[in-house]
Amino acid sequence: MAGSQNPEVKLLGAWASPYVARARIALHLKEVQYEFLEEKFGAKSELLLKSNPVHKKIPVLIHDGKPVCESMIIVQYIDDVWVSSGPALMPTDLYERAMHRFWTIYIDDKFIPSLFGMMTSPTEEAKAEAKEQTMTSLQLLEEAFGKISKGKPFFGGDTIGYLDIALGSFLGWMKAFEEMNSPKLLDKTKTPLLCAWAENFCNNEAAAAVLPETAKLVEFATVTQTRFKYAPPAK
Amino acid sequence: MEEAKGEEVTLFGFWSSPFVHRVIWALNIKKIKYKYVEEDLSNKSALLLEHNPVYKKVPVLVYNGIAIAESLIILEFIEETWKENSIMPQDPYEKAVARFWATAAGDGLWQFFITEGKEREEALTSVINNFELLEKELIGKNFFGGDRIGYLDISVGWISYGVPIFEEITEFKIITEQKFPLLHAWMEAFSNSEFVKDTLPLREKLSERYRKVWEAIMQKKN
Repeated sequence: MAGSQNPEVKLLGAWASPYVARARIALHLKEVQYEFLEEKFGAKSELLLKSNPVHKKIPVLIHDGKPVCESMIIVQYIDDVWVSSGPALMPTDLYERAMHRFWTIYIDDKFIPSLFGMMTSPTEEAKAEAKEQTMTSLQLLEEAFGKISKGKPFFGGDTIGYLDIALGSFLGWMKAFEEMNSPKLLDKTKTPLLCAWAENFCNNEAAAAVLPETAKLVEFATVTQTRFKYAPPAK
Repeated sequence: MEEAKGEEVTLFGFWSSPFVHRVIWALNIKKIKYKYVEEDLSNKSALLLEHNPVYKKVPVLVYNGIAIAESLIILEFIEETWKENSIMPQDPYEKAVARFWATAAGDGLWQFFITEGKEREEALTSVINNFELLEKELIGKNFFGGDRIGYLDISVGWISYGVPIFEEITEFKIITEQKFPLLHAWMEAFSNSEFVKDTLPLREKLSERYRKVWEAIMQKKN
């Protein structure tokens, strides 16, 4: 687990990054020992710039000296490599696999930008627009959950899967935003299935070990307020 | 083409869409028989809206009644559903690299095309950096997939016609034989491949389409 000295697997990341959380949750679920190399906020290490010359962003997984970039590509890679350890992250059914991938792209392209836009857009008008898009996205994800989970606790069924990780890694920030007076994001009257899912996700051992405490994220956001501009996601 | 054994494969597309071209190339390589439906993007069909309610875009692949949207997801679905003539690398690391470049390779190209001055210079720097890395991926290989066209070739294949068209319209050459010998050779090999050769609309027609789009964007700016 994180902290144990294993030169084979390293993860470049930062505790507050939900994209990094995706990789860490996957590593935990697959019981992979790794070294967590924390990047300092505001300054990129030589190793990061060398390992991800294209986007210069975290997370980067370095396995046997070879870098893997982009959070969900890392999650797929972890699932492919540590195939006999822990639950499969991708479903076996081919259509379900396409659905996990589809909604993950949706989350990255539509949901996350509007979620952060709601809090950090420069004008009230832009914030309101972002809020609407966020709520629409959550409704779509609620419907998707209904179809994909088939009555089970996770998008992945009985165990956490690829799409659970894609969305669940953002629960820390969603709770933090609610503390910072955003509109209620997961509302039992509007998205009951997602509410139940969120509780199951946060109670999962791997997620609980990785997701930062809400209070710490709120503090982080407050402290870095001037630099807390929304930037295009690393995905 | 093989008979699809009673399976029904339909592709909803638009003639000039590079995302649709990706799917056509994959279907060709996998030798999958399919029905093609050309959409009028200014008047989308009820079927398209039913099959892709979230984005309402092409391409959409419908297989035995289920609909798959997003070109790269369609490629992975095609690969996993039809086992022969594999397009994905087997090695997990090579898969990760291919998936990375499938989306990253195009970064900056559109910005380069539709901006001017300092913005364009920045976009160009990004494009050149990416192409230099992509060039390295081709060392010792004919295609990104090795001896044969694979997922990454298909994903970035639009560069083989898109970049020359951008270069023509902006009057600025990016991929020269001197600067990017391997990429340059790849573009030719890809375009001339049996799976690609007859799939594209006439170059002039494509060029005209891009020019119209470009002029419209440039006009809005000025």
